[in-house]
Amino acid sequence: MKFSPNRRVLAGAVAVALALVAAPSMAQKKYGPGVTDTEIKLGQTMPYSGPASAYGTIGKLHVAYFKMINEAGGINGRKINLISLDDGYSPPKTVEQVRKLVEQDEVLALFQTLGTPGNSAIHKYVNAKKVPHLLLATGATKWADPKNFPWTLGFNLSYQAEGAIYAKYLLKEKPNAKVAILYQNDDYGKDVLKGVKDGLGAAGAKMIVAEATYEVTDPTVDSQILTLQGSGADTFINITTPKFGAQAVRKAFDSGWKPLHIINNVSASVGSVLTPAGLDKSVGLLTLQYYKDPNDPQWKDDPAMLEWRAFMGRYYREGDPKDASNLYAYLTAQTMVHILKQCGNDLTRENVMKQAANIKNLKLPLLLTGMSLNTTPTDFFLVKQGQLAKFTGTQWQGFGAVIGSAE
Amino acid sequence: MASNQKPALSRAQLIGLALVLVGACVLPFVVSNYRVFQFTLTLVYAIALLGLNMLTGYNGQISLGHGAFYAIGAYAAAILMDKFGVPYWLTIPIAGAVCLVVGFLFGLPALRLEGVYLALATFALAVAMPQILKYKGFEHWTGGAQGIVIVKPEPPEWSSLTQDQWLYFVVLVCLVALFVIGWNLLRGRMGRAMVAIRDQPIAAQAMGVNTAMVKSLTFGVSAMYTGIAGALGAIVIQFVAPDSFTVFLSITLVVGVVIGGLASIPGAIYGALFIQFVPNVADQISKAAPWAIWGISLILFMYVMPTGVAGFIRIVAGRLQRWRAR
Repeated sequence: MKFSPNRRVLAGAVAVALALVAAPSMAQKKYGPGVTDTEIKLGQTMPYSGPASAYGTIGKLHVAYFKMINEAGGINGRKINLISLDDGYSPPKTVEQVRKLVEQDEVLALFQTLGTPGNSAIHKYVNAKKVPHLLLATGATKWADPKNFPWTLGFNLSYQAEGAIYAKYLLKEKPNAKVAILYQNDDYGKDVLKGVKDGLGAAGAKMIVAEATYEVTDPTVDSQILTLQGSGADTFINITTPKFGAQAVRKAFDSGWKPLHIINNVSASVGSVLTPAGLDKSVGLLTLQYYKDPNDPQWKDDPAMLEWRAFMGRYYREGDPKDASNLYAYLTAQTMVHILKQCGNDLTRENVMKQAANIKNLKLPLLLTGMSLNTTPTDFFLVKQGQLAKFTGTQWQGFGAVIGSAE
Repeated sequence: MASNQKPALSRAQLIGLALVLVGACVLPFVVSNYRVFQFTLTLVYAIALLGLNMLTGYNGQISLGHGAFYAIGAYAAAILMDKFGVPYWLTIPIAGAVCLVVGFLFGLPALRLEGVYLALATFALAVAMPQILKYKGFEHWTGGAQGIVIVKPEPPEWSSLTQDQWLYFVVLVCLVALFVIGWNLLRGRMGRAMVAIRDQPIAAQAMGVNTAMVKSLTFGVSAMYTGIAGALGAIVIQFVAPDSFTVFLSITLVVGVVIGGLASIPGAIYGALFIQFVPNVADQISKAAPWAIWGISLILFMYVMPTGVAGFIRIVAGRLQRWRAR
């Protein structure tokens, strides 16, 4: 037993290592932490437990997606190892887990850490440590601030941009609207609200006749809806998360109010919001979309959708193909793979950040037709466009052109 | 003056305590900064648990709202540092004082409530706290839903420690001081009065214990401990936000007290280890249902150690002693 196979492997490895040392010019490889010839380590925190655990499916899909990529040979021969940890949607836990990922697991970059509170808690830390903090799963506007936080780049269409697009639509189509707004009492709700108010500009003071808030921990929003209805508003901007979105849609219909009802994208899922609210009660709702809806029959035979369904069937069986979060997660994983591919063999943290800030006209097939992703070193807003859609009773029907928030 | 009183600690206990302290001082030099950070958090929780244990374990008042005092302490420290530029070490006693007053005042009306009724009243406080922190009128101070980001304190130059090691020692010093104070308090007249009220409130009153005063004071001191822990926690995490102090934090503290051992001072440390590390283990076992794993481990602990870890250790130590005496 003098020459066990292990030893031979070891000897081979040493020989290879020596060769690499001897001929550095042979391989132009530059590695940051978490990268070897065979592996790229990424990290994320996800709310697998706690109040936002419905979003945990995003992290599970990522793991499944990277498994598929790895089975196909990985990225330039390197397999992606995503370490996905539970933070229970509690900021102190996010800090702890991210410190584990950065200091102990030494990941190359953070990918899709979910939730505004948790990301706020690690914002300064990751920028001080110069760890790429990429494609955050939150739409807060503050993630696109390359001057002060050059290591943080979000994914979602920013909440303010979304609000501004609704405002633009109202100013154009219904300038005499009397607007009532319901929003979640946290920075997400206030961010969308700010977008609406900024978008309406001077006209806002006259147009907005009522505002109401709720807490994530509230059981229902019924009384808020009745208050808003009592204000005499004819337009309702519904800035809520899925559970409350469903309640609000149902109540606004059942109470006989029936305003022009705009529901924000966060709660636009047919499967998890409109179906429980009642599809008949959801007819005529407006929202803003930037990626294809898995429940929309018009995409039934869309090649991108078929590819996604095939993936769901093969790699993520336990995932719900009606849940738009799973499609969103697929898009974000594709974007991450795009960034890593663009890095080539220079997998340092600096280069990952540089490539993330240089995404040019990336047209992912699951985005709405005509949309593309773009960043520059001074513009970290990855998604800047969207299209308004109306609910027909069975599906969201996009209408009008793809609108940019800046235009 | 020769005293016939039994010494407070036996020689073996003193040696054990010294060993633990030495171990605690060496620890940050042998593990990574991330682990040091985790242990710092554990110490923070231990302080909060000792506070809650005074109230629940020694005085028999159940509080499901100590997360609220933790939040008040955290916010007091964060606001003082962020808005007034107060040095971090000075915020700790101020946060404690604020919570002492708030706790005492809350304890006054709560006196009329016993057992589960008090539990409900304090629970209401915990439920309300995140919303109070988001209230528009306070937003200028609390930062509303956005919370407050705090700058991490730099270690003094002479220490040549990292930031994490320095914070660990700051928290350790606070912990030792608070444990010594707590130990003296609980062993003395006040402690006996607290236990008497827990076991026989009428008899205690008959013997001249001012029940109302002792109960309110206990509430105040308990809130003070938890508030100091909150302040330390805020400095360690460098961030406070309403989402950090949900009802679940209060429940977690109760779990820590019961798992650690009611009416036991070292129990606070065992409980803190449980609430800090078991959720991480649960996450590693199952991504699908980490809370189920957490719940199962909770049930297991309660079955195997119905008197908490501290009680379990006492029983084992007692058996060993008897076995040796034979």
